[in-house]
Amino acid sequence: MDIQDIMREENKVYSKPELLDDVHMHYCPGCSHGVVHKLLAEVISELGLTERTVGVSPVGCAVFAYNYVDVDWVEAAHGRAPAVATAISRLWPDNVVFTYQGDGDMAAIGTAETIHAANRGENIVMVFVNNAIYGMTGGQMAPTTLIGQKTATTPYGRRVDLNGYPLTITKLMAELDGTCYVTRQAVHTPAAVRKTKNALKAAFENALAKRGTSVVEIVSTCSSGWKMTPQASNEWMSEHMFEKYPLGDLKNV
Amino acid sequence: MKEEVKLMKGNEAVAHAAIRYGCDGYFGYPITPQSEVLETLELLAPWDTTGMVVLQAESEVAAINMVYGGAATGKAVMTSSSSPGISLKQEGISYLAGAELPALILNVMRGGPGLGTIQPSQADYFQATKGGGHGDYHLIVLAPSTVQEMVDFVGLGFDLSFKYRTPAMILADGIVGQMMEKVVLPEQRPRRTEEEVRRQCPWAANGREGLRKRNVITSLELESSKMEEINDRLQARYEEIRKAEPRWEEIEVDEADYLIVAFGSVARICTKAAMMAREQGIKVGIVRPITLWPFPEEAVRKAAEGKKGILCVELNAGQMIEDVRLSIHDSIPVRHFGRLGGIIPSPQEVVDALTNKLIK
Repeated sequence: MDIQDIMREENKVYSKPELLDDVHMHYCPGCSHGVVHKLLAEVISELGLTERTVGVSPVGCAVFAYNYVDVDWVEAAHGRAPAVATAISRLWPDNVVFTYQGDGDMAAIGTAETIHAANRGENIVMVFVNNAIYGMTGGQMAPTTLIGQKTATTPYGRRVDLNGYPLTITKLMAELDGTCYVTRQAVHTPAAVRKTKNALKAAFENALAKRGTSVVEIVSTCSSGWKMTPQASNEWMSEHMFEKYPLGDLKNV
Repeated sequence: MKEEVKLMKGNEAVAHAAIRYGCDGYFGYPITPQSEVLETLELLAPWDTTGMVVLQAESEVAAINMVYGGAATGKAVMTSSSSPGISLKQEGISYLAGAELPALILNVMRGGPGLGTIQPSQADYFQATKGGGHGDYHLIVLAPSTVQEMVDFVGLGFDLSFKYRTPAMILADGIVGQMMEKVVLPEQRPRRTEEEVRRQCPWAANGREGLRKRNVITSLELESSKMEEINDRLQARYEEIRKAEPRWEEIEVDEADYLIVAFGSVARICTKAAMMAREQGIKVGIVRPITLWPFPEEAVRKAAEGKKGILCVELNAGQMIEDVRLSIHDSIPVRHFGRLGGIIPSPQEVVDALTNKLIK
C-alpha cells in the first residue's frame, strides 16, 4: 500500500493544535513543559477562547511560553504572575486569564501573591509546573525539592536541618475559601496526559463560570536539572515525587 | 458629575481626580501619610458609578504588579504609596518602564532612610528622577505644590504616560498630601470603552479579538543586539520627553539678584521667604521645577544668567541641587539649604540661609 493512501483526512488520528506555534521550543529533551503547552493550546482552542484568553508567563523556564502558545501574553516579574493576573481578570471580566508558574515562582518568591490571589478567589487559572528544581538558573534547590535530593545548592542532598521541608503549596491552597478546584496531575504517560487535559479544561470552565481560583499542579520532570535521561526522569518522578506529591484532586467544589 | 469646588486634603483630592479622569483601576496598600487615597476611593465606591476597579493588595509589591497587569491590557491604572512602599515598588516600576507601559504612581514622601518617619520629606528625589529600579530608564516626574496640582497632575500624568508609553510619577511631599485647600474638581470624564481601549492601545494584551496577531508584553530580550535596540528606542523617547515636556514656574526672576530653586510645598515657603527678603532689600526670584524629570535645565540656566548665586531649598540633604549645578555648569555659586527628619523650615530660616550661605 502506498503511504499516500494512508495519509488521508479520514485516517487522521492526531494533529498539532492550531494554537501551538511552529517554532523550535527552547525546552530540553524530556521536559514536561512542551506537553503542558500543547494541552493548554488544545483546551483554549476547544473551548473557543482564543480571542478572550490572556496568559501570564513567569520567570523561570516557561518565561518564553509566549513564544509557543498563540494567545495574548503578559510576562510577569518573578513570582508576581497572580497579582498581574488579578488586575487583568478584574479589568477585563469577560476574558479568561491564566498564570503559568514554576515551583520557585509559585512557592518561593511568589508565595504571598499566590496565596492572596487564591484567597481572594480571583477568577483565574493557575497552572503550576512542579519539577522540584530551578531549571532556568541551572538546577538549584526549589521549595519543592525532596529531602535528600541533590541540586546545585544542595550538592549533598536537601537536609531538613539546613533547608527545611518541601512545601506542598497546593495543599495550602486547597484550604483557602477562594479556591474552587485544586488538583495535582502529571504528564508522564498517555493516560496522565489525558487526565491533565481534562483538569485544565475543568479549570478554564471554572474561570468562565466565575467560580473562583482553580489550581492545576503538574508534577513534572527536569532531565537537565536532575541530570538524568528523559526516561530515567520519568521513572524517578514516579518512584519519588508522587509519594510527596500524590496525584489526584485535592479539592473540587 | 459636574465641576465642583471643594475643601479637601491632597490625598483625598487624588482619589476624586482619579475617578473623574476615568481611571480604570487603582491598586494600593496602606501606608502613612497617603492611606487616605485608598480610603477615599473605597468610600466613594466608584465600581458602582464609573466601573473603576479599586483593590487593596496584600503588599506594595503586589499592588505595583497589578498595575503592571492592568497597564499591559491598555487600561489607565494607578497606585499610590509613601517612601518605604515606593522602594518596594521599584522592581515593578522598572518592569513597567522596560515593557513600555503607561501607568501612574503617586509617592507622598516621608522621611527616611529605612522606616524613617511619617513626617514630610523630599528625600526620594534621586530615587524618582534617576531611575530608582534597575536598568536605564526614567519616569516622568511631576512635583505638585498645591492640592489643586495634586488633582491636575493625575490627568497630566496619565496623559503623558499614555502619550509616551512610559510610567509617570507624582512626587508629592507629605505636606501636599496631608494639607487641606480649596480645590476645583474637574467634570467627570467617561471611562474608555473596551473598544476604545483596543483602538487606542493596539499593542495591549487583552485578548486576540478578531483573531488579530498576538500581543506580548515583556521586558525580556536575551539577544544583545535586540536588547540594545530596545534600549536605544527607550533613550530616543526620553530625549523626546526632555525636549518637549519640561515644566516650571518662575516668580520675579527677571528683577532678582539671587535665585531660589525649590519644588513642591517647599517652593511655597520660599515664596514667602522671597517676599521677606525683598523687604530687607534682597532681590530674590524663584524657579519652581514642576517636572523634576525632565528637569527644566534650560529654564534654570536662563534664570541664572546675571544672578549672584542660587540657593536650593529641599527637604533633604541636597539632591535636586545636583541637577541645578549641572544645568548651569556651576557658573555661579550654588548652595543647599535643607531640613531633615520631617522638619519643615520657616520662611525666616530660608532668608537666613540665603544671607549666610550666599550673601555674607
